[in-house]
Amino acid sequence: METFLAWASTLCISIGVFLGITGAVGIFRLPNFFTRLHAASVTDSGCAFLLLFGLMLQSGFTVPTIKLCFILVFFLISSPTAAHALSKTALRSGAQPTPSPREDR
Amino acid sequence: MELIIDITLLTFLGLTALAINRIDKLFCVIMLSGIYSLLCASLFVTMDAVDVAFTEAAVGTGIATVLLLSTIGATETEQRSAPRRPLFALLVVCATGAILVYGTMDMPAFGDPNAPIHQHVAPRYVQQSQQEVGSDNIVTSILSSYRGFDTLGETVVIFTAGLSVVGLIGFRGMQKFGDRQRAAGITRDEMEQHLVLRIVIKMFIPLILLFALYVQFHGDFGPGGGFQAGVIFASGFIFYTLMFGLDAAMRVVSPRTLSYIAALGVLLYGGVGIATMLMGGNYLDYDVLRHDPLHGQHLGIFLIELGVGTTVFSVMVLIFFAFSSRKGLRQ
Repeated sequence: METFLAWASTLCISIGVFLGITGAVGIFRLPNFFTRLHAASVTDSGCAFLLLFGLMLQSGFTVPTIKLCFILVFFLISSPTAAHALSKTALRSGAQPTPSPREDR
Repeated sequence: MELIIDITLLTFLGLTALAINRIDKLFCVIMLSGIYSLLCASLFVTMDAVDVAFTEAAVGTGIATVLLLSTIGATETEQRSAPRRPLFALLVVCATGAILVYGTMDMPAFGDPNAPIHQHVAPRYVQQSQQEVGSDNIVTSILSSYRGFDTLGETVVIFTAGLSVVGLIGFRGMQKFGDRQRAAGITRDEMEQHLVLRIVIKMFIPLILLFALYVQFHGDFGPGGGFQAGVIFASGFIFYTLMFGLDAAMRVVSPRTLSYIAALGVLLYGGVGIATMLMGGNYLDYDVLRHDPLHGQHLGIFLIELGVGTTVFSVMVLIFFAFSSRKGLRQ
């Protein structure tokens, strides 16, 4: 059980770190606002979720796990909301989600 | 490992500072200064100064960013380029910096246990604050008991800052309802459209306020205290203002009430000091508040943290109201 948890946690954290790095690369490399927002929100939700979940697996049934759980729920609600608000505002101020390359640079 | 983290954070800090200097768009500058504060907070965490990190994160990243954003709402968003390259100023800065660095040569090494600052009163704080003050968090006992007078000074500084902003800027130019709506940067139509945002913010505001109260009353046992709690409470209010407009927020608590609350907090802090004097102790010596010195300390710390919290909260909200009410004047 212990080793399983350790492996599961390592796996979660590794995937989380991978998503974080791809998100960071995506923010720089992707062509327009909406695709970059997508990259940023991958970091915000996927990476943060997996990192926190991995940490929760490591700490077991303790007070830190409960605190991490609160942070997790907060993240799960707040970061999609932030992405939603950003994309909505961008759409209404005229940015078009077209695949044309480098349109807003 | 810690060295790698330190070096990475410091590199980011330097890069952010350079970027702040180079960029002309004030919006980006404000965001970068928020990032700068967050990096500072992380550095404080690596130095085990959790209380300072908490304050830096709440004040520097949270409220300062929002206040600065509300300021550029009332001014321009582009920096006007400097008319000339001030070479002389650069020289002066370099010379001063060199002198300062030269001055640190004689200072004891960072973290040196034999440094005078670690020999003077610090051993007493570390060893005896449990018995003398009874607070689990040494930072809290230093901040509000041993150094209560300094903290009173800080609270008065914040109060004075709020007074000056209200005195200089005030709340003019927003007599009509529509003006106030526009002043908050939001029209009613826009508010209706951001349904998701409204619902999520409605969900979060009670949690933020609850967390602020936790930070306020948990300061004895963990990182936290009046300053952080006040700022977090204020950010809950600012959230509300951003979403529902200045008018609605001012109906919750008017600027006049806020200024009374701010004064009340300072008065509570100073009043505790007067009370201890009347009960036969020194100014802000909480031992005499109850029969048992430890209980007295506990009560005293509770009261002055409450004073700090209310003052910080109301001053932050006042400053935000004052700044964002200016926005209506430009249109």
